[in-house]
Amino acid sequence: MPLAVSDAAEVDSVDQEYLWTLNFGPQHPATHTTLRLVLKLDGEKVVDAVPHIGYLHSGFEKLGEDLDFNQYVTIVDRMNYISPMANEIAWHHTVEKLLGIELTPRCKYLRTILAELMRLHDHLLCVGAQALDLGAFTAFLYGFTQREKIYDLAEYASGQRFHASYTRVGGVMFDVNADWAAQVKRFTEGFKPVHAELHRLLTRNRIFIDRCKGIGVLTPEDAINMSVTGPLARASGVVRDLRKDEPYLAYADLDFKVVCAKGGDVYSRYMVRMAEMMESIKIIEQAIENIPAGPVNVDSVTDVVLPTKPAVYRSIEGLIQHFEVLMPNRGFPVPTDEVYGATESPNGELGFYLVGDGSNRAYRCRTRPPSYIHFSIFPHLIRGHQLSDVVAVLGSLNIIAAELDR
Amino acid sequence: MAVGLPENVFVTKLDAAANWARTNSLWPMPFATACCGIELMATASSRHDIARFGAEVMRFSPRQCDLLIVAGRVAMKMLPVLQRIWLQMPEPKWSISMGACACTGGVFDTYAVVQGVDRFIPVDMYVPGCPPRPEQLIAAVMEMQEKIKRTGTITGKEFLQRTTAMGPQPFDIDELRRRREVTPVPGLEIYGQPPVAAK
Amino acid sequence: MPSLEEIRAKVGAEIDESSFRDNRRVIVPAEKAFTLLAWLKEQGFNMLVDLTAVDYLEYPKAVDRFHVVYVLLNVDSGERLVVKTPLNPPELDLPTVTTLWKGADWMEREVYDMYGIVFAGHPDLRRILMPDEFTAYPLRKDYPRKGYGERHNFPVITRSES
Repeated sequence: MPLAVSDAAEVDSVDQEYLWTLNFGPQHPATHTTLRLVLKLDGEKVVDAVPHIGYLHSGFEKLGEDLDFNQYVTIVDRMNYISPMANEIAWHHTVEKLLGIELTPRCKYLRTILAELMRLHDHLLCVGAQALDLGAFTAFLYGFTQREKIYDLAEYASGQRFHASYTRVGGVMFDVNADWAAQVKRFTEGFKPVHAELHRLLTRNRIFIDRCKGIGVLTPEDAINMSVTGPLARASGVVRDLRKDEPYLAYADLDFKVVCAKGGDVYSRYMVRMAEMMESIKIIEQAIENIPAGPVNVDSVTDVVLPTKPAVYRSIEGLIQHFEVLMPNRGFPVPTDEVYGATESPNGELGFYLVGDGSNRAYRCRTRPPSYIHFSIFPHLIRGHQLSDVVAVLGSLNIIAAELDR
Repeated sequence: MAVGLPENVFVTKLDAAANWARTNSLWPMPFATACCGIELMATASSRHDIARFGAEVMRFSPRQCDLLIVAGRVAMKMLPVLQRIWLQMPEPKWSISMGACACTGGVFDTYAVVQGVDRFIPVDMYVPGCPPRPEQLIAAVMEMQEKIKRTGTITGKEFLQRTTAMGPQPFDIDELRRRREVTPVPGLEIYGQPPVAAK
Repeated sequence: MPSLEEIRAKVGAEIDESSFRDNRRVIVPAEKAFTLLAWLKEQGFNMLVDLTAVDYLEYPKAVDRFHVVYVLLNVDSGERLVVKTPLNPPELDLPTVTTLWKGADWMEREVYDMYGIVFAGHPDLRRILMPDEFTAYPLRKDYPRKGYGERHNFPVITRSES
């Protein structure tokens, strides 16, 4: 039966006989989702940890070989499900790189706003859940109230509150209106006081600091060597943010800072996430002010986007175009080549290695999941700490099981 | 001489009294694996607040729960865990299968995902949606309470009637064929588990 | 970034190069792969961003069955380089790169789990996503998407017996 205790955690040496083995998960409140740790304990001290994953493996990459570039966005959504649209943007970023499509300015700005909203989405839950694991319930509720507002914005834009499936190759499903922009503005205004309250609840909270400072330290050399990216690497002092280093979408036009810390511990990760939220708000405010008018999708003669409904119903060209895109033996003009494209998702570098074979399905779509890489460093981080630090470190890594196992 | 009942006393069936108590104190066991788990969190947090319906005491120990909420897809590796959790819950117990993936496998028609948990554990209530909105989950919990009120007995004899796994039938032809073949493909018996002993 | 001439001079003449969009790719035979990667690490490619494999069974005009793909990154200069290594059955083994980049640990385990490519010298090469008892390699092209019925192979618990 798969629940047997791991063979790797076997203790055979004589002087280790007193060690305890503790199974943690796969169904445990602090794991939030499904992952399992087998901890080797010396009293309260964690001597070693062996992660076991795969409890949510659902064959995403196999499905990606079966669905076309637009259909697969529904699956990608379900990957990092606390920031769904960030995955869509990463996926279509790579697809558009393979197809060689340059987006319209409006679409770039719109996707930037959505990506930053999703960063807030992710960090709010991560900070809230981290506090929840350490015993502070209120921060979680404050975070979730703001997340509900982002859900509303996503629902207004796309029609679905959770898994929006909003982006399409060469654009988005449909454009947003001025009222949506006004709502985003209202949200950013309302967000700032809540962010300040989160700060007041946690940042100088004695218990929170005591449980976070100096726990799970990751040095910058280790962070680079272990392929760590995103807020984790930045909390360790690795100055790397794809939004600055390889600007995509509209990030080159916008003014924002890359937030870094030096500590590399749980508290630094918390601080980096908190500060990144404010930077995201800054980006959203600039982008919503400067969002250009004009079409949101690329021109439909490029054979990748569907024409508008009036064009389909009222002109023969539109109708032909509609079928050109949708018929199974037509579809996108895809080069027989392969490409690696990455974006800065809230959790780190979310990349796709995409192999095109000329059909409108991916021949192979490999995901480079940040959670997977980040969870692999967990034994390194927890060795030598106390048992109660396990939840603190797990919370700060922000492991999302669906992205972990795919 | 007929003695009237004193004030504040009323007569009812024992079953009804037990159902009344069980209905209003459901303790859910959130078996949250994937996206639906986040919606389950949303249901429990401030805007939707499942506490209004007497089902907010989420306990992560199956020994303390009587309502299993399977939220999210269940992979092959996870199913034995789910079954063990179900067997650990004390009677009387009910289960809600939340979301398309838990009900039928949803969009994940792949090698690793169990195509509906109802094939392997009993399910009382299905919640459609991918993921269902919190309102839908609340509606399901209320519906569940109605069901307990309607069908519950103090001895739990209503559970004995269901001897086969029930649920929606698959549409896929391959799937139907595979179901009809009772013996699994030889060489693929990767989980050599003994059959679960009947009580 | 080292040019093709430099790489050829250092590692061997049979190394090839191609590029698409902004990706530069170096194709290296399996026996030279570790030498090249170790040398590239010395040249400043200090992060292994991704390690994966592709099964070219049904790919048009493909020569080799598998390619193992290493996506390297120089954190200081921001340069990326993709290294590809062809592999053909039955010799599906490569030397591990966990000695160079610790981050390769789980990525190699995933490639082993999904494709059956063995990384010689890996400290803990076990299945990671699929159950230990699983025998197939699911991401190979000859494995069907719905599997061979493994997902139905569990005992059933009915209401009356639980």
